[in-house]
Amino acid sequence: MNAASVFTARGLTKSYRMGETTVHALRGVDLDIDPGEFIVLLGPSGSGKSTLLNILGGLDTPSSGAVHFLEHDLGHADEAELTRYRREHVGFVFQFYNLIAALTARENVALVTDIVPAGMPPAEALAWVGLAERLDHFPSQLSGGEQQRVAIARAIAKKPQVLLCDEPTGALDYETGKLVLEVIARINAELGTTAVVITHNAAIAGMADRVLKLGDGRIVAAEKPPRKLAPSEIRW
Amino acid sequence: MVSALDRKLLRDLWSLKTQVLSIALVIASGIAGFIGCFSTYESLRWSRENYYDSARFAHVFAYAKRAPQSLAARIGELPGVAEAETRVVRDAQLSLPGVTPPMIARLIGLDFARPAGMNRLTLTRGRWPAPGAAHEVLVNQRFVEARGLRLGERLQVLINGKLESLAFVGAVLTPEYIYPTRGGALPDDEWFAIVWMDSQALAAAFNMEGAFNSVLLRLQHGASPERTAEALDGLLAAYGGLGAAGRADQASDRILTQEINQQRVFGTVLPAVFLFVAAFILNVVLHRQVNAQRAEIAALKALGYDDRWIAVHYLKFASVIVLLGVVLGIAFGHWFGTAMTRLYTNLFHFPDFHFFMPAWVVLGGAALAVAAAFGGALAALGGVVRLKPAEALRPPAPAEFRPLLVERLGVPQLLTPSQRMVMRSLERKPLRALVTVAGILASVAILIAGTFWADGLEWFIDVQFNKVQRANVTIAFAEPVPADVARELGRLPGVLQVEATRAIPVRLRVGTRTYRTALSGVADDARLGRILDAKLVETRPVPGGVLLTRRLARRLDVSPGGRVQVDLLEGRRVKAELVVAGTADEMVGMNAWMRLEDLNRLARDGDVVSAASLLVDRADEPALLARLKESPAAANVIVMRSLLKTFRDTSAYNILFFTTVLSLFAATIAAGVVYNNARIQLGERAWELASLRVLGFTRGEVSLLLLGELALEIAAAIPLGFLAGYWLSALILVFMEQEVFQFPLILFRSTYLYAGVMIAAAGVLSALIVRNRIDRLDLVAVLKTRE
Repeated sequence: MNAASVFTARGLTKSYRMGETTVHALRGVDLDIDPGEFIVLLGPSGSGKSTLLNILGGLDTPSSGAVHFLEHDLGHADEAELTRYRREHVGFVFQFYNLIAALTARENVALVTDIVPAGMPPAEALAWVGLAERLDHFPSQLSGGEQQRVAIARAIAKKPQVLLCDEPTGALDYETGKLVLEVIARINAELGTTAVVITHNAAIAGMADRVLKLGDGRIVAAEKPPRKLAPSEIRW
Repeated sequence: MVSALDRKLLRDLWSLKTQVLSIALVIASGIAGFIGCFSTYESLRWSRENYYDSARFAHVFAYAKRAPQSLAARIGELPGVAEAETRVVRDAQLSLPGVTPPMIARLIGLDFARPAGMNRLTLTRGRWPAPGAAHEVLVNQRFVEARGLRLGERLQVLINGKLESLAFVGAVLTPEYIYPTRGGALPDDEWFAIVWMDSQALAAAFNMEGAFNSVLLRLQHGASPERTAEALDGLLAAYGGLGAAGRADQASDRILTQEINQQRVFGTVLPAVFLFVAAFILNVVLHRQVNAQRAEIAALKALGYDDRWIAVHYLKFASVIVLLGVVLGIAFGHWFGTAMTRLYTNLFHFPDFHFFMPAWVVLGGAALAVAAAFGGALAALGGVVRLKPAEALRPPAPAEFRPLLVERLGVPQLLTPSQRMVMRSLERKPLRALVTVAGILASVAILIAGTFWADGLEWFIDVQFNKVQRANVTIAFAEPVPADVARELGRLPGVLQVEATRAIPVRLRVGTRTYRTALSGVADDARLGRILDAKLVETRPVPGGVLLTRRLARRLDVSPGGRVQVDLLEGRRVKAELVVAGTADEMVGMNAWMRLEDLNRLARDGDVVSAASLLVDRADEPALLARLKESPAAANVIVMRSLLKTFRDTSAYNILFFTTVLSLFAATIAAGVVYNNARIQLGERAWELASLRVLGFTRGEVSLLLLGELALEIAAAIPLGFLAGYWLSALILVFMEQEVFQFPLILFRSTYLYAGVMIAAAGVLSALIVRNRIDRLDLVAVLKTRE
């Protein structure tokens, strides 16, 4: 085990029954992720990337194998421990933002900072994503990109060690998508937050420190791009 | 072949089975209450009419002192009379071994050789007395049961000063004494026996040979009982006639009719309210259920199903639920009605048990349920079918929210974001919150309206037996006696206080309206027998006027200051016109009062009394009652406590059964409302809640968010429900207003508490079930799917 790693996984498998058949979503994954790394997970549907992200995020547990976040054993944690892990260490960004419609941007962020010991002030988190002017707007008053940036502010406001993003640009147009990617890249760079991003979009891979390609439940390739690109440099 | 859409229907129903069942139970409760009560009322009415017909119950009843048998032929010739029968009826002291308080036997002469033309008896045990056997008697079933009489047992009866030993050979039912009472509104099974004996022997014992003192008439079809009774009065006046009366004024029928009518109110107002509440809830729930499936509806439209198909699909969905509810409701209603009818059949001692559910009751209940369900489903569909299919494919626009009203008014941030979520969600859809509150409120109200009877009954018993009638023993004299006699009662063992009263049978008349009752004389210093209303306000007769129960005044259409014609039906049969000095709101009876002094002056009888109320030391009661037994003047001794017991054992038991079942139905409705609300809210917010779980909210925190709204709604609905329950109860009593008995609108705190706790419990139970679902929210799906 690499002592410096944020995540370590060994022999990770995940299978579940789906009606009559057993689906082997992960078939033995070994993985180490260093602090501050920007990881992009690529792969076709059913390759296991979401399952891996879910296990890293404490939403699911592996069928076998070991997975640790720092000293936390995620493989054997119970529901309450996983909830606490998510609450204290993980920031999530969803494809569909998942904001609370009844709360303003500021309140959506406060919803999370209220339940962690040392979050940043919501206004500061929103300033970070460039929404200092839209603190008191409700989701219905914001564009899709703005909503996703609120979601990112909500994710980082608790100062998580890791930021897990599942298709963060999937529901956004090109320009807005890039804006969101910039924010994620900036957080990774300036706050040193480890980021794991799932995407279908191979172009985004250029932003990563390391690109993991999954296929059929295994990591089939791990690539280090020769140069980490800025979001402004990528096109798709 | 089952179409794919129908398969979807079946699977939807299966996946929503708990909700489907709870909605079906709501509708079943409404229908069961409706069908059960209405059928009971119809069945009892049928049973009474059937019994009256088959037993050939008389239409007109009259009593006189002593009329010659020769008068019988003239009575038979009165216009409208189909059949006349004369007989001798006398009350006598009755003793049984081991029973200290005096009992009364009403001796009725019967020729056992010849079947009676009217008021035919039904033998339930033993045999008929042998014709001419002077010492063999029949006794009414209710007394036999109350006293556990065994066939062959001997009754000691004081007949004209001579103690006779009569053998009990058979128990019978009679339409004339379905409710045996010595005059009060309460049944008197244990202390009042109806005894049929050989008519010759009875006449001989009371020197009534060739004479009669009781007349029964059956009338020709369409003849007026009032007019015939008046004509009969004319014939009997010279022989000490006490005034003839139709069935409506016959003591037993009057109470029986009141009991059955009470069932009608129970059977109409309360279940109708139930059914409407259930219908309302069904409507709301289906509305939301359809709304919850809007995405699927859009998808169906995208696939090419037209609006009609979709409407039919959801109507089928509603039909299955409503059908399940109706079937369950009819089954419960049948059980409830059968149990109630059996209870009353036993109470009334109808010879046959007969229960039926009139088709219109069943169809009416079912039709209302179907209308409510379809109305709800169609109203919801109206909004949903307008949805463009493409909307289902587009990312969701977040629901629009605004800051709370209090926030807009500039009140500083009082609430945490979670609390604000709850409050804004409430404020955003106030109508929905209102509907939820209304549903819960209605449940609270019907719980109260279903239970408050027990309070009223307790209150009635307390007021009537502890406040109005503080005497524990009352004595009615066979004939008016000098006031001194009553005073002498004070020297008997254990008597702490005596109060003499006088009651004279009267006919009151205002214009064309008449009413037969007793005019009571009340001493100015009366303490034992007072005139109190439900709120314990006392009224006293004032000099020179007559005081009427408010119900009696209304019946006669007279108000204070008006005049009433009073015909005394006893003694000198004085007729006079009196001023109505006031009205009193007594809970029971149709009474008229005057000052004792004024009454005696009116009757021109001097200082006499006809009854006495005694306050007796409980320890000396047996000794006193033994002494009273020997006193021939004391014709009728009533121990109040024993009356109370009988009353509690019968009416109270029935009401308790009724209210228990009703409140179970009400609780089911309440639980249905709360549970469905929670489930629908969960359905609407599952995605949001799961997102929060992913963000690190615990199950408890997330549950609080969801259930907080429901808790607020319940908290608002309960006190409002208390108010609604009070008014609903008042409304029921308005419909229920009866001649003889005004049920008091009294609600104890415990009833409110009970209703509140039941609803809160329904809330907690629903919350627990829903909480279980929150715990199983699919967190992974949230990342991939949108709302």
